[in-house]
Amino acid sequence: MSAKFTENDEWITVDGEIGTVGVTSYAQDQLGDIVYVELPTVGKTYKAGDEIGVVESVKAAAEIFAPADGEVTEINAALEDKPGVINSDPAGDGWIYKIKLSNGPQVDGLMDDAAYKAFRPDA
Amino acid sequence: MPRPERSDMSAPAQALRQTELHSLHTELGARMVAFAGYDMPVQFPDGIVAEHLHTREFCSVFDVSHMGQALLRVEGGGFGVTAAALETLIPGDIQGLAPGAMRYSLLLNEAGGIVDDIIVTRLPAADGWSGDDLLLVVNAARKQGDFTYIANSIPQAKLTPLVDRALLAVQGPTAAKALADLFPHAAEKLANLPFMHTVSVVDGGHEMLISRSGYTGEDGFEISAENGAVEQCALRLLALPGVAPAGLGARDSLRLESGYCLYGHDIDETTSPVEAGLIWAIAKARRETGGFPGAERIMGELANGPRRRRVGLMPEGKSIVRDGATICDQSGLDIGIVTSGAYGPTVGGPVAMGYVRADVSVLGQELFLSGRTKPVSAQIVKLPFVAARIFRGGRTA
Repeated sequence: MSAKFTENDEWITVDGEIGTVGVTSYAQDQLGDIVYVELPTVGKTYKAGDEIGVVESVKAAAEIFAPADGEVTEINAALEDKPGVINSDPAGDGWIYKIKLSNGPQVDGLMDDAAYKAFRPDA
Repeated sequence: MPRPERSDMSAPAQALRQTELHSLHTELGARMVAFAGYDMPVQFPDGIVAEHLHTREFCSVFDVSHMGQALLRVEGGGFGVTAAALETLIPGDIQGLAPGAMRYSLLLNEAGGIVDDIIVTRLPAADGWSGDDLLLVVNAARKQGDFTYIANSIPQAKLTPLVDRALLAVQGPTAAKALADLFPHAAEKLANLPFMHTVSVVDGGHEMLISRSGYTGEDGFEISAENGAVEQCALRLLALPGVAPAGLGARDSLRLESGYCLYGHDIDETTSPVEAGLIWAIAKARRETGGFPGAERIMGELANGPRRRRVGLMPEGKSIVRDGATICDQSGLDIGIVTSGAYGPTVGGPVAMGYVRADVSVLGQELFLSGRTKPVSAQIVKLPFVAARIFRGGRTA
């Protein structure tokens, strides 16, 4: 499926019941050079809207929130040494974590590409 | 995501002032932020980390035209009288300055707090400048207040803000090469110019005051030029190989790694020079004789020690501790506050400065900084984080 977007500038793609989550190009551009990512814990469950990690740039720290209910199944450990990958490839190698969705339809309620573009016309 | 741009000390957006290089910044793709009432570039497309590292390795050009520049003179008094007048407001030795020499100093209030940190230059007697005059360079956010304070405190002196002048900082190990290329007719005098000295250079009919100074810890120069000449100067610098523009973001991380204070964060009207570790800015003779505002407190702190001290802080791990974080001892007792905290690109991790109770301000002291969610372990370390490589004449120190 194509990506869905949150108002907090996260993206999520879903394959079966596994969602892959990252931050949008707009978010990385606003933050500037990303120097540290506080990754979530594998095996931990979150509700939609729970704080799940932090992306820190030279300028600011931005919390990231779970876009839907689920259990974290994998984290992108490569970001621990190379957090700047979020700047260079936010929608690809800069993915942050994978989450096993327990309430899949929640994702349908998020913005699609057109809606996100309308939400962030500067992006 | 929050909009991360810092806009401390800013005026409302519609009232923002612009420097002479504003349109150049925009053309170069700068991201602009409100700073001290000016619309200033925080970064260019390369980004803060790249600009910081470029400055440490090559040469960057910073627009610092928002800073205040003013001439100070006591009419008919000569240099000694002007210098003595200014010395009633600062603890430094100004009367001892030779023509062209500069000094970092502190404008003080009656409570011994710091009104501003300023650079005082005895102008070289050349190209229309008088060696009887002092040039003051003050912080952008403080300039109005500084100028009023000086004018009111020493009314016998005439203070003339140089509103028709801009200021460029050209910083980095290849800055001397860049200036030699830019001003071939003055190359030798610029190459031999020692740190904290100023010369006058005339280029294309425009007179410029060029000092060997800066705020990055690297060798470098600051060029005070007429507004009408600064854009051409900046464009010619940026056309040189290895020279790139840098914004206020890199300027901040460079100065923090170099252990320099940022006014409004690491020093303010409540901090004394002794607390801030700026005793070197108090002239030796004046530590005994005083004669500057707040001398009672400052001389008392020199004799008995201050209540708190500014220290370098090295947080453990990778999370960035930012200014405003609380400093606690092992038992959780509040012992101070972080006044600057950021990612240090040359260090490759978080760096910080702050104030701690004097009795715990010991190198190696373990303490905790309040993090975003949990306390972060940190250690008091020697400043600077990155050793200065300024040019003292003859060699690069």
